[in-house]
Amino acid sequence: MIRKTVANVNEALEGVKDGMTLMLGGFGLCGIPENAISKLVSLGVKDITCISNNAGVDDFGLGLLLQKRQIKKMISSYVGENDEFERQMLSGELDVELTPQGTLAEKCRAAQGGFPAFFTPAGYGTEVAEGKETREFNGKMYVLEEAYKADFAFVKAWKGDEAGNLIFKGTARNFNPCMCGAAKVTVVEVEELVPAGSLDPNQIHIPGIFVQRIFQGNAYEKRIEQRTVRQRK
Amino acid sequence: MLDKNGIAKRIAQEVKDGYYVNLGIGIPTLVANFVREDISVEFQSENGVLGMGPFPFDGEEDADLINAGKQTITTLPGASFFDSSLSFAMIRGKHVDLTILGAMEVAQNGDIANWKIPGKMVKGMGGAMDLVASAEQIIVAMMHTNRAGESKLLKQCSLPLTGVGCVKKIVTNLAVLEVTPKGFLLLERAPGISVAEIKTATDGVLIIEGDVPEMNIA
Repeated sequence: MIRKTVANVNEALEGVKDGMTLMLGGFGLCGIPENAISKLVSLGVKDITCISNNAGVDDFGLGLLLQKRQIKKMISSYVGENDEFERQMLSGELDVELTPQGTLAEKCRAAQGGFPAFFTPAGYGTEVAEGKETREFNGKMYVLEEAYKADFAFVKAWKGDEAGNLIFKGTARNFNPCMCGAAKVTVVEVEELVPAGSLDPNQIHIPGIFVQRIFQGNAYEKRIEQRTVRQRK
Repeated sequence: MLDKNGIAKRIAQEVKDGYYVNLGIGIPTLVANFVREDISVEFQSENGVLGMGPFPFDGEEDADLINAGKQTITTLPGASFFDSSLSFAMIRGKHVDLTILGAMEVAQNGDIANWKIPGKMVKGMGGAMDLVASAEQIIVAMMHTNRAGESKLLKQCSLPLTGVGCVKKIVTNLAVLEVTPKGFLLLERAPGISVAEIKTATDGVLIIEGDVPEMNIA
């Protein structure tokens, strides 16, 4: 067994520097690497490029990094629900690259799987395709999209073992598995870190080979963005 | 004239037995409430769930279980979870049978715009560009006119596009329309709405063939 555990979030984020490109898992506030984000805030790294489906809300998730003006460029598919983000974008302080959600996922997965680029129909004929190669296959038009190149991927899993094997829960899975192994260093935080051998190999979602560092996260807030319920009759 | 629930109710009639359906945010989300109970349908949410159920009971919300609108949800028997890449493989690979989404503008050639108002509102396209580029069946759910009273069914979209030539059917508060090579074919009128009223509210070419029936949404 090759051990991937590190003692804590400080060790997990060793080597993160100004100007780096970081991938961060999560959809909205669901499945975001809360511990890594807090540490990025306290490290105070600047001019970072973040690849993440969303940009958090004003006072949580990536919104915390936006507040401190640590983000130079944001690569996302949807950035509503964040006033500070909108302000920085419209004033030109923040560089924003909006990418169709499926394309964003696949640009991660391409990096993970060793593909330099791929053709997708998403965005053909729109401003997303401007300046990109397009090609016809079987009578339909496609856009060439390139794999991401990132320095760190910050991933949140439900359970993980010392070997870096991961299991995700519910819709907190989202972009997290796609980002594992898609950057030079993949750092995973888990709600429950268990000894190797205690997870059933049949149930592993992401094998440890895609993970460089894993640590036991703590104090998860798991904030709900839109608490929506029905009443018992 | 229909309200949002009325539009959802009419669209629910388009959902057939055995369909996997992706519902967008807003009016489309309401469609799930009106699908016939005697047919089998599974709802896909692009953040990674198939077999979405109703909202949870108060006190049973799970932060790890949400839909694409970030609302707490539940799952039904037979549900599954998956990552974002596999989710869009379902969409791009045409495994999802029907996509229902909202729009700011639809053009008579099937172009759709729903993600950006330059200089004003830029929330992003989310999964909409992937959905409209691949879905075989796309139904747009929207109001016929915008808040300023201007038509949203145009000769040509004025806003940045989400997709080209992809919309097939539109259900609004006034009418059901089909996108044809010649323009918007008026299929049905909302209860109490005349053909003349629909014509006034439509900027694009409106095709009227014979007597246009009223929707049946009892």
